[in-house]
Amino acid sequence: MSTTSSTPPVGEEVPQAPSDEGPGGAGNVGPSDAGLQPARLVLGVLGIAVSVWLIGNLFLAFAWYPQWFFDSKILMGVLGLVVGVGGAALLFWFLNMAIEALPRRLEHGVMPYAFLLPGFSLIGLMLLFPTVQTIHYSFANRDSTAYVDPIWANFTSLFRSGDFWSAMFNNLLWIAIVPAVTVSLGVVVAVLADKLSSASEKWSKSFIFMPMAISFVAASAIWLTTVYGYRPPGEPQTAALNAIWVNWFGQDPASWLDIDTARLNSILLMVILIWLQTGFAMVLLSSAIKGVPEDTLEAARIDGASEWQIFWQVTIPQIWGTIVTVFITVLILVMKVFDIVYVLTNGRNNTDVIANMFFREMFTNRDAGRATALIVVLLVAIIPILIYQVRDFRKQEAMR
Amino acid sequence: MNAGRLKDGRQRSPVSMVTMLLLALLWTLPTLGLLVTSFRSRDDALNSGWWSAIVNPFGTSWTFSNYTEVFERADMGNAFLNGIVVAVPATIIPIMFAAFAAYAFTFLQFRFKETLFIIIVAVMVVPIHVAFQPLLNLFGPNGLGIAGQYLAVWLLHTGFGMPLCIYVLRNYMSSLPYSVVESARIDGCSNFQIFWKLVAPMAMPAMAAFATLQFLWVWNDLLIAKLFLSNDNTTVIVKLQQLLGTQGQGAELLTAGAFISMVLPMIVFFALQNFLVRGMTSGAVKG
Repeated sequence: MSTTSSTPPVGEEVPQAPSDEGPGGAGNVGPSDAGLQPARLVLGVLGIAVSVWLIGNLFLAFAWYPQWFFDSKILMGVLGLVVGVGGAALLFWFLNMAIEALPRRLEHGVMPYAFLLPGFSLIGLMLLFPTVQTIHYSFANRDSTAYVDPIWANFTSLFRSGDFWSAMFNNLLWIAIVPAVTVSLGVVVAVLADKLSSASEKWSKSFIFMPMAISFVAASAIWLTTVYGYRPPGEPQTAALNAIWVNWFGQDPASWLDIDTARLNSILLMVILIWLQTGFAMVLLSSAIKGVPEDTLEAARIDGASEWQIFWQVTIPQIWGTIVTVFITVLILVMKVFDIVYVLTNGRNNTDVIANMFFREMFTNRDAGRATALIVVLLVAIIPILIYQVRDFRKQEAMR
Repeated sequence: MNAGRLKDGRQRSPVSMVTMLLLALLWTLPTLGLLVTSFRSRDDALNSGWWSAIVNPFGTSWTFSNYTEVFERADMGNAFLNGIVVAVPATIIPIMFAAFAAYAFTFLQFRFKETLFIIIVAVMVVPIHVAFQPLLNLFGPNGLGIAGQYLAVWLLHTGFGMPLCIYVLRNYMSSLPYSVVESARIDGCSNFQIFWKLVAPMAMPAMAAFATLQFLWVWNDLLIAKLFLSNDNTTVIVKLQQLLGTQGQGAELLTAGAFISMVLPMIVFFALQNFLVRGMTSGAVKG
């Protein structure tokens, strides 16, 4: 690429003489300022326009005219990957070219934003704009064509419905139980694994970590088939819970996921999520525990502390940061728990949660107003976590 | 995983050995039970629990018919292909965009840098549900008309993965030696060249870490695939969800379907476990 290039703003200020030598032009060797280079600028801008146009149209062609690609999914996938990655590279290359053609001072000012622009545009389009729009829709009617009257009617009707509060209560239950249990189990497993020989530590951790790769849906299928399944009385029970219940305790088989006494069904659904997430908690906590300096433990031992005291008073305080991180990650996951509830009970028998209610309002009832109002509730609930995350990030940056 | 401590020299702890063995069993048995059931004939699976096939493997009639059936009747082959066509671009493309942004956040100075990065941190927590209704309208027949196609899902996953990807890559890049970049700059390299020839190759481990996480998310996702993919383009997970709704006849296909949906993520998981761990320890919060 050539004669001009960017350097940190050091050294001499070259007068900003416009030069129309274009790419590869002689005269400006090394990192000195070539001022404005109209030819490169035009080429770069043109390149940006053409590559955006080409990428955009090619991708739209996948959707609009699949027959151009012989309706071949593999071809579209491969082309999508190549054009997505290659196109992005080309786009940044032209961006870089256009901006380097600017005078030095402008170049340094603009380059960072140019590099951020494509990524931030995607975030803007896929996350920021929809957030605003969702809040907007939550004040509108079921097909988002007019505001409801009064403007907060979607919210008042939600707050007046028993279903909403039942779902809220279940969400709170999930929030109260799942993160805490997951973290505690993670700590227990991490501590116990730390006491094993390294080979058995590796193996046992792999087994507990493995469900991380399993989808919520497949996990639900697993637990339904092997543990929670129900067959009518008289038929052989093929799932573990009922087999134990019937054969060992001599009871009638129970349809476990229908029993809402003490929210048993919700708790059984939570077990699946805990089963899935414990490995994640364990991995993070285990590396934190291994990071606890040995001499702090040794010092406590010399002072005559029991292993129990050492655990609570030396280890736990030192891994507290990781505990909070894991807790918050699981908490965010749990606030919008959906898949497990949707596929196993779809909210029947008092198992409904906000995200499932949202899906039902949006997909089955086709009421965009109520659906988005539910998401606004979720969004408001997440704000404290958001603030915490930002503050935590600031604190970490200050320590760098 | 190893903080430099020797395993030997410490006392054996029978309590932890037994407890860990039990826990590992407890965490594996349900999956094993599903795997075993998927190879049993329908009658067999209805007459005895999955444990009896493990305890007495010769008393069971083993069969592949659930697998052949699920491919024929539930269109699993097509769904598997869809899953790959959806997941691979949706895993790789965000990395390209995010890497340049992360480069700017790490190696360039500009105004509002901190504010912009805080937006990234905040957006990571925002639940993706905010996007569904507006984007269904935007992508739907009255908008771009791409709902139901791969493009819609690629776009969504690229957008939703972006904040996390920028965050992970930026954290990793800021641990790279700044002096290398500095001297390349003095040698007259452009930012594009520095990124392409120096920083991107050095950031490969972080990219692989994100890719592993993102692949698992995209492959295992139900909600986005269900909302934004037509029935012909839909993924294994959506097919599996439909199978879960089936009662009676055809219910035996569920186990085979579930196992098929797990094969690829399991391979990725075991092959790239180290990257996965690295990705998770670098602050993988996703809204």
